[in-house]
Amino acid sequence: MNVSRFAAAALLTICCGSAAARDSGLIFVSSEKDHAVTVLDGKSLAVVKVIATGERPRHMQFSPDRRTLYVVASDSGRIDLIDVAKLEVGSSVDVGDDPEAFDVGVDGKHFYISMEEDAAVSVIDVASGEQVAEIEVGEEPEGVKVSPDGKTVYATSEVASMVHVIDAATNEIRSNVTVGNRPRRFAITPDGGEVWVTSELAGEVTILDGRTDRIKGTIPFKPKGFRDEDVTPVGIVMSRDGKTAYVTLGRANHVAVVDVAKREIEDYILVGRRAWGATLSRDEKTLYVVNGMSDDLSIVDTVKRRVLKSVPVGRVPYGVAVDD
Amino acid sequence: MRIGLRRLLPAAIGAAMAGTSLAATIDFGYLGLSRDDRYHEDRVYARNLAQGEGEPEPGLAVALSESRFSARAVGVELGEKQVRAADAKGLIEALERLAGEGVRYFLIDAPGPVVAEVAAAVKGRDLLLFNISAHDDALRQQLCQANLLHTAPSHAMQADALAQYLVSKKWRSVLVLQGPLAEDALIAKAFERSAKRFGIEIEAKRDFILSNDPRERDQGNVGLLTSNADYDVVLVADSDGEFARSVPYRTVRPRPVVGAEGLVATGWHWSWERNGAPQLNTRFERKAKYRMSEAGWAAWMAAKTVVEAMQRTGGADFGAIRDYLLGPDITIDGFKGHRLSFRSWNHQLRQPMLLASHNAVIERAPIQGFMHQTNTLDTLGFDQRESQCKF
Repeated sequence: MNVSRFAAAALLTICCGSAAARDSGLIFVSSEKDHAVTVLDGKSLAVVKVIATGERPRHMQFSPDRRTLYVVASDSGRIDLIDVAKLEVGSSVDVGDDPEAFDVGVDGKHFYISMEEDAAVSVIDVASGEQVAEIEVGEEPEGVKVSPDGKTVYATSEVASMVHVIDAATNEIRSNVTVGNRPRRFAITPDGGEVWVTSELAGEVTILDGRTDRIKGTIPFKPKGFRDEDVTPVGIVMSRDGKTAYVTLGRANHVAVVDVAKREIEDYILVGRRAWGATLSRDEKTLYVVNGMSDDLSIVDTVKRRVLKSVPVGRVPYGVAVDD
Repeated sequence: MRIGLRRLLPAAIGAAMAGTSLAATIDFGYLGLSRDDRYHEDRVYARNLAQGEGEPEPGLAVALSESRFSARAVGVELGEKQVRAADAKGLIEALERLAGEGVRYFLIDAPGPVVAEVAAAVKGRDLLLFNISAHDDALRQQLCQANLLHTAPSHAMQADALAQYLVSKKWRSVLVLQGPLAEDALIAKAFERSAKRFGIEIEAKRDFILSNDPRERDQGNVGLLTSNADYDVVLVADSDGEFARSVPYRTVRPRPVVGAEGLVATGWHWSWERNGAPQLNTRFERKAKYRMSEAGWAAWMAAKTVVEAMQRTGGADFGAIRDYLLGPDITIDGFKGHRLSFRSWNHQLRQPMLLASHNAVIERAPIQGFMHQTNTLDTLGFDQRESQCKF
């Protein structure tokens, strides 16, 4: 057993040229106006490093092995690959003008990227950087999400108020579903049965049936003391068991906690200004929320449902990822 | 009713996508003047704050281009038919010709009196005429009509936005400089209404003229026009803009200038960076080769309201589109953050106003703290209670 573990470690060293550094506890925050990803220590919350990236870094995701953090640098038209062990950009993949958000196929081989100015979802081979397909969608595509079984790719168009359902085998649109105005981002239940999409201008989440592509319901958000126009849901993250969803409400400065099965809002948690990006810690006891207009990161205790701390980060933070 | 409609939509769209042939067409008729002084090269050259850098037509082209996907999904093809004519009479003839070809949606880019004449000629007809650039309050009040819709804000909306800003800054005493043009008087009158509404004192109102004549210097010289009065701010009511651009820094007292220069209330500004505005600005600039201004936005918005109604009703039926468009359930995305819709009492599009300097949006009205019982956007312009419009 010891031997095999040693062998595996040696293999990794050879293959990746760096020591394994998983579960480092580091928090990564992309800042649109700093052209950088700020790295915080997970415990002390002190800045460990500021990693220079391409211009206007936005959406971030880990590779399936979590050794690489992919960062979209929108104004540089590329995805930067940050080596999580070294905390530096190891390489970049040019993907074309104005990419915004993306997802990685379940096998880790393909990027599915929303190309904001081209009104397309671009499929790029991660290893070669070559474009495999380009799917025309409605104007200003944003959220992209691959279903848990990897067979379906969902993309929103903010302008067309649509969710485009793409067959990953053929890279063709299977259906177009009109949802609430300005749809933004997704969360999907573990069985793929429900696809939740936030609609920023409609102030709601629309729930699609993952099998029939039909609308199953909507959840409007109405936190007390806010006018409808200030309730602008954008970010959404779901617990691994698919029981709880956290929805960031933008200008309403709150995160809604939703019981997924009952479709009931259990709580609203006060966070910073224009809360968008959010992610959960591995134990799901902590929710990290970045606030685009107060330039800070809210650290939320999901059990007590309140903010433990707010930490200043770079200018106009967009996304947050945690390596734990 | 609302929910029922929503639930039906995906099925309708799915059915439409299954068949690839396009069943229907929605054409937009664009009516403009062959010579429009508002776009005279001298005025465009000066880049007056309240002035577009060119015709608003590319706004329509952008709207159609970005809506193709939504249109295809409901089996509709979108098109545009542009005409230019010398005057209202010519525009009416052109409109009739297009109506004969089946066009039901028209955008008109013309000064208020021309819009009034063209609108009067089609009163009661089954078509929609979108006013995209005339601010005249009368078009929303006594001259209103059911098939005349305004995506351009009124003078009253602009004045209310400015007044809210002044009140929020506690700049409550205003010197008004009014120009000689008919529209200048309308702008000044609109501000007087707003001043009364929001508790602003008009310290003095003085007429200016564009003149270097020493015999008229008390009306042509900014120093003289702004002396012997105590005020927090100078409001210039100048629809032409040539005089207004010489006012900042020439006032006797060190006071900000608002209205036609300094800080203007406008439906759109190229420097607006929120709510997807940069992407819209980029699309417009690519097409037009100049920046998007208020009328360009209003042209884009007009077509987009029809597209929204088309998408939600699932087709090109004129009656269904019109009813949904003017109804209470519509959510129109104007890239200004609020949910927009048409006022039922005068068919003015309710919308935020941007308070802009030459290169930044300083504030967006309605300003926080100005309350309304149903919709804060109705703190701008004629609310239902003060509406004189009867359809």
